[in-house]
Amino acid sequence: MNAATATASDSVKKEFILTIEDLTVSFDGFKAVDSLNLYVDKDELRVVIGPNGAGKTTVLDLICGKTKATAGSIQFKGKELTKLSEHAIVRAGVGRKFQTPSIYENLTVFQNLEISFPRGRGVFGCLTFRRTPDVVEQIQKIAEEIKLQDHLEMDAALLSHGQKQWLEIGMLLMQDPELLMLDEPVAGMSVKEREETAILLNRICKGRSVIVIEHDMEFVKSIAHKVTVLHQGKILAEGSMENVQANEKVIEVYLGH
Amino acid sequence: MNTFYTRWLGGRQGAMGIAVLSILIFAIMPLWLDIFRLNLVGKYLTYAFAAVSLVMVWGYGGVLSLGQGVFFGLGGYCMAMFLKLEASDLASTAHQTTPGIPDFMDWNQITHLPLFWEPFHSLTFTMIAMIVVPGIFAYFIGAAMFKRRVGGVYFSIITQAIASILTILIVGQQGYTGGINGITDLKTMHGWNINTTSAKYILYYVNGVLLIGVIMLCRYILSSKLGRLLLAMRDKEDRVRFSGYDVSNFKIFTFCLGAMISAIGGAMFTLQVGFMSPSFVGIVPSIEMVIFAAVGGRMSLIGAVYGTLLVNYGKTAFSESFPALWLFLMGALFIGVVMFFPNGLAGIYDKYGHHLSKLWRPLTRRFMKAKAVDKPSEGDPSASPLVHQLPEQPVSDEPPVHEPLRTRRPA
Repeated sequence: MNAATATASDSVKKEFILTIEDLTVSFDGFKAVDSLNLYVDKDELRVVIGPNGAGKTTVLDLICGKTKATAGSIQFKGKELTKLSEHAIVRAGVGRKFQTPSIYENLTVFQNLEISFPRGRGVFGCLTFRRTPDVVEQIQKIAEEIKLQDHLEMDAALLSHGQKQWLEIGMLLMQDPELLMLDEPVAGMSVKEREETAILLNRICKGRSVIVIEHDMEFVKSIAHKVTVLHQGKILAEGSMENVQANEKVIEVYLGH
Repeated sequence: MNTFYTRWLGGRQGAMGIAVLSILIFAIMPLWLDIFRLNLVGKYLTYAFAAVSLVMVWGYGGVLSLGQGVFFGLGGYCMAMFLKLEASDLASTAHQTTPGIPDFMDWNQITHLPLFWEPFHSLTFTMIAMIVVPGIFAYFIGAAMFKRRVGGVYFSIITQAIASILTILIVGQQGYTGGINGITDLKTMHGWNINTTSAKYILYYVNGVLLIGVIMLCRYILSSKLGRLLLAMRDKEDRVRFSGYDVSNFKIFTFCLGAMISAIGGAMFTLQVGFMSPSFVGIVPSIEMVIFAAVGGRMSLIGAVYGTLLVNYGKTAFSESFPALWLFLMGALFIGVVMFFPNGLAGIYDKYGHHLSKLWRPLTRRFMKAKAVDKPSEGDPSASPLVHQLPEQPVSDEPPVHEPLRTRRPA
């Protein structure tokens, strides 16, 4: 049995897009993430749940380089991310959405999307950047995806909360990342917006891996391929939604109340 | 041509702003003021370079530099070193212990021209150094701080400290820098006497052209993706970083650009005023430059120029009329502007500018109509213009518009 799983994991190991091993980060002695192991498959949509302070957001911060790990490794397509700077991680193909909608309020929707277009990212690239037809076409395409095609010239500050969340997702799609990380994408959305977001996520996870942090169980059910439950910086349970929901430990610390 | 209009000039509004400023600098000021006053305005306009650079660094870049005087000074000193060497030829320094070196070196028992002074015999080198030295210096400061994510108040304090350090260094190294007096007695530039009235006029105009050129360059940069990125960075720096941009590089670029712009101002200052001293390098002038930008509006390149002119005009006028009170009056001016118009003069214009355009519109409309009617129609070349001046289609709802036409008819 053990041997079988070992060989099985060996054979799929090459397929993991993200391999996190023994990841630890401590803030003044408090271990927010404690020897965490997490493997994400190619084209998988993983949802991370857990009570407040479980370390969910910290894990995303570690992957995208916002927080530096105390120990352990994060490998993305065989590349060690813990040594890279934030922008290099993004250029390697990791996109991250923040918990509160993080968009440029003083720019238009079009300009928001344009800045996220992965070209001309250096100082001189920016000075010589031209709005070529392929840029405009890509912006149109993404805008239709996030249903903002009629608001392209609007200041982003004037969008509704849900539209801002979508815009940020759209900005990530502009980068076309292979790993997309979303921190509570439906927080503060109406029921209808949540449903639409679920449809959107199910559509955009084609051809890329997605990690979502979410509290809303209905929403999790509608999107998750696999669920990881974090508790006090460690993995409490992992598996399909049904298995996790049936897990007694999970019910005790998280789902029960 | 189209990119020139939209990006360098900044579209219709921007072109109007530049046109009005150009008329003020190139026509109104020289016609209105005598050469002494015009030279003063020229001096103020050199400060405007620093104010414009602060609009870029502080307004758009979001980092408040309290050390813009450092770069202004470096540019000015480069120019002053060249001019001083030219003024210290063997003939005019024959009475010195060591002829051929600047007088202050001789007073300080220095017998050889220091090595770092040597290249400043060349005007070409000076022109390059004047821009490049402050640029490189700013690069090192910027890289040291922005790569470590030092920003906000800490950045301001460090730049202020640098301004202070450079002043102390210049004052302390009297033999090499001229000390507290600065580098004085500048006479000619490649044999061209810079102290004559005609030279002062020429330098004033060169200064004006450079200033307008710098504003247009900034407009161009701000209209590129880099300009939008700077706005984005001020709003959500992390989002920019996690969109694959190395945020520090953009801050370094802006800081270096600001340094080079200030340096041009410094060099023009030396040329027009005829000397350079540490009192234009330190903390006080650096903070004054921030005040110019704040009064003008820190997001407005053109506003910065007006802010500089207004504050300096106030300084001169108050100090001449109320010698005992003028500093208090200046203080009141700053407090007033910051309290009531946080966006400076540009903010006032944005708020009340439409009243101004209401005032303008009938005038321009009248002008346009008169012009349109004046032109003989192309389809009927034989017709006399007089016939055509009969109002064919009274488009306007304002009867006074026709008045000028009637009065013209008998002629």
